[in-house]
Amino acid sequence: MNAVEVDGVTVRYGDVLALDRVSLALGAGRVCGLVGVNGSGKSTLFKTITGLVRPERGAVRVRGGPPALARRGGTVAYVPQSEAVDWAFPVSVREVVMTGRHGGLGLTRRPRRVDHEAVDRALDRVGLTDLADRRIGGLSGGQRKRAFVARGIAQQARVLLLDEPFAGVDKRSEGTITRLLRELAADGAAVLVSTHDLRSLPDLADEAVLLMRRVLVHGSPQEVLRPDNLARAFGLDVGLREGEPA
Amino acid sequence: MSPHELLVVPMGYGFMVRALAATVTAAAVCAVLSCWLVLIGWSLMGDAVSHAVLPGVVLAYVVGVPFALGAAVFGFLAVALIGVVRDTSRVKEDAAIGIVFSTLFALGLVLISVTPSQVDLHHVVFGNLLGVDRADLVQITAIGGAALLVLLLKRRDFTLYAFDPVHAHAIGLNPRLIGAALLGLLALTCVVALQVVGVVLVVAMLIIPGSTAHLLTDRLGRMLVIAPALSVCASVVGLYLSYHLNTASGGMVVLVQGAVFLLAYLFGPRHGVLGRRVAAIRSARTPPPPAG
Ligand SMILES: Nc1ncnc2c1ncn2[C@@H]1O[C@H](COP(=O)(O)OP(=O)(O)OP(=O)(O)O)[C@@H](O)[C@H]1O
Ligand SMILES: [Mg+2]
Repeated sequence: MNAVEVDGVTVRYGDVLALDRVSLALGAGRVCGLVGVNGSGKSTLFKTITGLVRPERGAVRVRGGPPALARRGGTVAYVPQSEAVDWAFPVSVREVVMTGRHGGLGLTRRPRRVDHEAVDRALDRVGLTDLADRRIGGLSGGQRKRAFVARGIAQQARVLLLDEPFAGVDKRSEGTITRLLRELAADGAAVLVSTHDLRSLPDLADEAVLLMRRVLVHGSPQEVLRPDNLARAFGLDVGLREGEPA
Repeated sequence: MSPHELLVVPMGYGFMVRALAATVTAAAVCAVLSCWLVLIGWSLMGDAVSHAVLPGVVLAYVVGVPFALGAAVFGFLAVALIGVVRDTSRVKEDAAIGIVFSTLFALGLVLISVTPSQVDLHHVVFGNLLGVDRADLVQITAIGGAALLVLLLKRRDFTLYAFDPVHAHAIGLNPRLIGAALLGLLALTCVVALQVVGVVLVVAMLIIPGSTAHLLTDRLGRMLVIAPALSVCASVVGLYLSYHLNTASGGMVVLVQGAVFLLAYLFGPRHGVLGRRVAAIRSARTPPPPAG
């Protein structure tokens, strides 16, 4: 059973065709990189998988069932692009991570001991234990991303969707996040992560998808990075050769 | 004036006791709600709903049902209409809010002008705190208490909704439902505050306490304590002042709220305009740690 199946999905915003008959399958235990120019539909694909956007045609299945069921089961963790978060909000890092446990809690959502322990472990795993009581907006870009990954860990999500977690993040933090995602995949999670950092793609991902409203290529990172494929997605003037910065 | 004359003598009057109870209830429930309103950016929504209930109040008098019922119906109606106008046309939210609430408020004014005189416009618009009778007080405490209870029991859901509705959706909650519940509670809360400060000043009770608390702490959990505490104190002080100075009670309550906000704005330890400066001067005076 695939962790996520996207089957012939078409999404339109008014007149704008954002996704055109997109089909792809993500397996458990693998990191899949999602690559494409601005406006190629990456964020839309994430939103379709989480059910924020309704496809005009086609269907999404998560672990063989309807996405709504998977959501209620806490299967899906979604880390949106940074712009989508109100960083001035008065919550601590720990409280943000605790919202990963929220769905499994009772009427008043009062965290139990197991929840506190799960949050502590998640914070430890992403290396934010010392900053746990800081306001979320008081973290650096890379630390913020790690906080949201920690939320997915606390949630014990089996499907992790990360929309450009490396934007505005330095190389060291990028390395830390990459290592974390690889560990989570090794634990059996399916990880879909969009990125503009083509050079690091082979270190990050087991497989990659080149998106341009449609799926142009779905294969190994090396295959996706072949100049002829990139030229189709990014335009002919992008002559990215091996060893050259993206 | 002795403390006895200052604080106890006014409470010898039944109307003052009822006014105090109504004020404290309204101040507490408004303040708790205001924490989420200011964080979500729904301040204008509070203004809108409080104005839009006017026709409901008038019609309730005409039909002879509790005025809270009429107010609640029109509060919900306003919220729904704002949503419809915003989502189905190119009109932006702030414009939609302005259009809906001013039109409903105008409807209320027209209704008052054609109904027999038992509706006192002045009381509805500016509140009638000293005229709160037994039945009013029962209504205020029942509605206010129920709203406060729901707000506190479900506070973690409201906070998650305010901070990250997308995550709420991703873990299987229904953010639209939570948002609608919050707006419903807003409508009820407006009904409570209406009696105390009147249509025009309800918005103050719904915005000032949350904003003040936000200046004083970086934790929503603490805001939910600080806001009602300050708001209740300010309202009680305002009520006493209005008694002794013989001024408009609703206006005085809001005036003290505003004064408390000003203090927090100036002297708040971390986010206050002067407080920040004082902290900077202090840290400049302490010798820097030796380099190396
Ligand atoms: N809410 C919306 N309303 C209308 N059009 C939208 C909306 N969201 C996205 N679009 C359009 O859909 C297309 C795909 O957008 P999407 O955000 O999915 O791209 P993306 O690949 O994530 O881009 P980026 O790299 O800039 O994040 C774009 O043309 C965009 O303008
Ligand atoms: Mg995007």
